[in-house]
Amino acid sequence: MANKSRTILICSGKGGVGKTTLTANLGIALAHSGATTAVLDADFGLRNLDLLLGLENRIIYTAQDVLDSNCRLEQALVRHKQEPNLALLPAGDPRMLDWMKPEDMKKISDLLSEKFDYVLVDCPAGVEDGFKNALAGCKEAIVVTNPELSAVRDADRVVGILNTCDVKPIQLVINRVRPNMMANQEMLSIEDVRSILSLPLLGIVLEDEQVIISTNRGEPLTLTGKDSPASKCYLNISQRLSGADVPIIDPSKEGKSFKDKFIRLMQTKIF
Amino acid sequence: MTLRDLINKLLGRQPASANTARERLQLVLAHDRVDMSTLTTDLLDKMRKEILDVVAKYVEIDFEEVAVSLETEDRMTALVANLPIKRTLSGEIKFKDSEKNN
Ligand SMILES: Nc1ncnc2c1ncn2[C@@H]1O[C@H](COP(=O)(O)OP(=O)(O)OP(=O)(O)O)[C@@H](O)[C@H]1O
Ligand SMILES: [Mg+2]
Repeated sequence: MANKSRTILICSGKGGVGKTTLTANLGIALAHSGATTAVLDADFGLRNLDLLLGLENRIIYTAQDVLDSNCRLEQALVRHKQEPNLALLPAGDPRMLDWMKPEDMKKISDLLSEKFDYVLVDCPAGVEDGFKNALAGCKEAIVVTNPELSAVRDADRVVGILNTCDVKPIQLVINRVRPNMMANQEMLSIEDVRSILSLPLLGIVLEDEQVIISTNRGEPLTLTGKDSPASKCYLNISQRLSGADVPIIDPSKEGKSFKDKFIRLMQTKIF
Repeated sequence: MTLRDLINKLLGRQPASANTARERLQLVLAHDRVDMSTLTTDLLDKMRKEILDVVAKYVEIDFEEVAVSLETEDRMTALVANLPIKRTLSGEIKFKDSEKNN
């Protein structure tokens, strides 16, 4: 198991673009496909992954206790009841930021990669120490961005750092895609973002209010099997990450209402 | 031109914003990606020496007049090298007016 384990950093530079939501949904989807999966909350300052997974009341020990040898790794891991292939290793308290070193983080991810097929590391925003710690044990990365100027600019800085750290492959996920705005050319297109960052595209996630509703409940979309736009995208990303040869979801084919068709008509080239 | 562009033109509306976003992003990244602090004078000297070694294999350069520098203009940074050639190594003499190129 250990040698084929994949430790993947989920990062963005800019905050609030959807790293934690992606980590939770991808974690569930991978676990559901049969791969043993650990999600590691490396956002010690503002931990949230437990909430998104609905596991906040079941935390007893954290990554900090593992490092301090207060408990064994197994004791700190919180198994998901409905998806037993998934376990969360919770972040310790924010004071950990004062003494954490990249070596500490590497120790934790190495322990996890001995036991799990996938280790997903939910990274804090920014490019400072928290990010550099989270990066320490990771061999590959997923950079999450939104089709907006500031998010793409920050993603580019993160890619610059990852390139100097021998992290490979670095793949791109574009989140909060609005097909109608893209069709109206009021939003950077998928191709714009992909080519500007020059990263291979792992997938896109459509803007979807179900994301917020599922967060309220602590049940990621991929868990409930609900057929919502974002849910489809998360599953697609999970399949592509595990090497399945499936095409990326095409936002221009997503809208089916009359309004969507009208917008597409307006995009017809006339000369 | 799309149907939408035509209608916008006829109504005198602003063109769509994605193009503006793309152009602004490309400019700002061209700037961000060149971190001047990582190009120390030592590195620049080393690079200059290696460039000269390569060029000197093919032509004879006027070493006195050589200038290699980084120039930033319009938020784009370029490595500018001015290497006046005294002669090609095949023997044919080609004077290059270095003043003209400066
Ligand atoms: N595809 C989507 N559609 C709608 N809302 C979304 C989508 N993706 C994320 N969101 C919302 O965006 C907000 C930020 O998401 P999330 O917490 O996953 O981002 P983050 O990158 O982890 O943030 P931070 O940098 O603070 O850790 C949340 O309120 C989430 O519900
Ligand atoms: Mg987060």
